[in-house]
Amino acid sequence: MSDIIRRDPRAEWIARNRLHPLHAAMQKAETSWMGPNGIVRKNPHAVGFIGPNGIKRIDRSGAQQGGSGKRTTASAVVQLPLHVIEQPAFYIAVVPDMIGGRLSAHDKDLLGLANKLAGSDGAVVAVVFGEYKENAFDTAGVDRLLHLDGELFDGYAPEQRILALGAVESQLAPRHWLLPDSRTGGGELGRRLAAKLGERPATRVWQVAEGQCIGRAGAGREDLVRRAPRLILAAVECAEPVSDSRHEVRPLELQGKIARNLPRIEDLGAVAVDPALIPMAEAEFILSGGNGVKDWTLFHRAAVALGATEGASRVAVDDGFMPRNRQVGATGTWVTARVYMAVGISGAIQHLQGIGACDKVVAVNMDPGCDMIKRADLSVIGDSAAILAALIERVAAYRQAGERDAA
Amino acid sequence: MTDLNIITLVSVGAHPTSGRARRAEQDARAVELGLRLAGERLQLLHAGDPREETLRAYLGMGLGEMAVLEQPPGADALPVLADYLRHAGAQLVLTGSQAETGEGSGMLPFLLAEQLGWPLVVGLAEVEKIEKGQAQVLQALPRGQRRRLKVRLPFIASVDNAAPAARQSAFGPARRGQLQASEVAIVDDSLLAEAQLQAARPRPKRLKVIKAKTGAERMKAATAKASGGGGQVLKDVSAQAGAEAIFKLLVEEGVLR
Ligand SMILES: Cc1cc2nc3c(=O)[nH]c(=O)nc-3n(C[C@H](O)[C@H](O)[C@H](O)COP(=O)(O)OP(=O)(O)OC[C@H]3O[C@@H](n4cnc5c(N)ncnc54)[C@H](O)[C@@H]3O)c2cc1C
Repeated sequence: MSDIIRRDPRAEWIARNRLHPLHAAMQKAETSWMGPNGIVRKNPHAVGFIGPNGIKRIDRSGAQQGGSGKRTTASAVVQLPLHVIEQPAFYIAVVPDMIGGRLSAHDKDLLGLANKLAGSDGAVVAVVFGEYKENAFDTAGVDRLLHLDGELFDGYAPEQRILALGAVESQLAPRHWLLPDSRTGGGELGRRLAAKLGERPATRVWQVAEGQCIGRAGAGREDLVRRAPRLILAAVECAEPVSDSRHEVRPLELQGKIARNLPRIEDLGAVAVDPALIPMAEAEFILSGGNGVKDWTLFHRAAVALGATEGASRVAVDDGFMPRNRQVGATGTWVTARVYMAVGISGAIQHLQGIGACDKVVAVNMDPGCDMIKRADLSVIGDSAAILAALIERVAAYRQAGERDAA
Repeated sequence: MTDLNIITLVSVGAHPTSGRARRAEQDARAVELGLRLAGERLQLLHAGDPREETLRAYLGMGLGEMAVLEQPPGADALPVLADYLRHAGAQLVLTGSQAETGEGSGMLPFLLAEQLGWPLVVGLAEVEKIEKGQAQVLQALPRGQRRRLKVRLPFIASVDNAAPAARQSAFGPARRGQLQASEVAIVDDSLLAEAQLQAARPRPKRLKVIKAKTGAERMKAATAKASGGGGQVLKDVSAQAGAEAIFKLLVEEGVLR
């Protein structure tokens, strides 16, 4: 809330005008009252009113009162009502994808569906593996949070995760299991869990209502309508995300230790792929250059150093510095990068449209007032060449340190 | 790697717009992957109707024969496939990740793996090497990423659209190829008794609902620019300090590998 004093000249004028029909309503609250010990209390600040020329006036005759003084703007942050489930009648278990440690839009839709299924006496449990960075579990609709951490679950360990989910199953016996039917993990984990539990899941579900669920079947030309099974793998936009309540996010513990299995699949780590070969619409990390990039060789070097896929604004493409298929925006590619770094791009609306789905935007620009900076999560004001050069150096130092650690 | 015993499971697909029967896209990619690994020794397996002509499209990729476990439509393919694979002595079983007809839940490779007790690799993109009873493979991840895995033989792998594109099917070999039918016990699928398939309904578009109590709030929501707001702005800092801040964000987001 800002502290700017806002005056309402009209209200002040009405307060001074005893003939106005709203005069009574505009009178100030009491300036003195009886305290708890019988002593009269006065609020000296509430006495008087602000005159038409902005000077405070106190009318001791008592004939005139008024001026609401400082009018405050309504508090901007509204506290949503807290939804408390003390003794849940049943649980709805959700295993979100947590891409990059945060709830994705898909996860939030899923939590919305879970809250619909939980109604007023069930509790929604989110089962989260590994470290997370999310701090809005409460407004996303998580009543209970089961956090499973430890090196057991690091990397790609689907079999170990299934063991843990099996333990959750035997402890909570949730009425429904909900997983995102996504390629980022939920689809696989959900199917593994289904095979393990011997449940027949409903997949690619896009609507659940009155005990029935509808999911896409085959190649997408047909829908399968059936009774909602225990395990549901839901598509994006399967339900509206929670928007008007806060939830407790009470931590839940898993009793007993999770058995450790001998992994039959060993994760040897990510493989370096050439970022230039990744289609731009799919790329996770894009370094995009615009009219503010003067040294394009440096820009390309920066992209290589960062391991980023290259993008460009229309001006950079029109001027011939980048190929047409690298253009981001309304007439180019609509990108979905998790991190989008815009160097020397002013943020015209045609460009901003193309990065609407990006998660984090970093801007490097000379002009602190441009639209890209309003959109960005982190902006650095300065010359693009100097900052790119410094960034290349910093990353090189980081890589070297990493090699030394490994050696 | 040619001494490997590889079986690819194939199904009858459907064209996404016309619905005409065709070779299934992902299954064809699985066949392609198998052909690259085992050449002509690749075995094909299908559970269904041996008189189905579309199956020949797989043979046209350069294979002489295909085993077909004869089943009427609507029967459960899982038990007969599991039975067959248990005795087939395969080291690697390849499947598509989702059928193009019927339920298409994508559960088959998972259930087969569970029943056979084999490990399962999802989204296989490439087999790098096989030695000492272990395979080193690349798994396709979203956003064009790859992950290297080491997995014990025998295993099941499903392929999706990240696997190499399937070669053309040639007409002559497709005609000459043999579909070897064999009789199996028939198990009915219980699902179709209780669920029904209907033509896909277009999904409702999500509306942007503005929850505002006052007119001023509604006006603000309607006219607001799409801005994240509250971003951190570093002004008058040295290039090094700016780079450091960007670097920290990139590391935090885990995009710097
Ligand atoms: C129909 C139509 C469709 C369009 N479609 C697209 C589209 O798909 N994609 C698209 O990108 N554009 C599109 N445009 C063009 C769009 O309107 C803008 O003209 C364009 O995006 C501007 O590109 P820019 O930000 O690179 O250049 P500018 O607007 O010139 O911005 C350059 C920025 O770089 C900064 N700068 C300058 N020097 C430096 C330096 N040394 N260091 C750091 N910063 C510096 C400046 O402060 C400025 O903010 C379209 C336009 C129309 C009319």
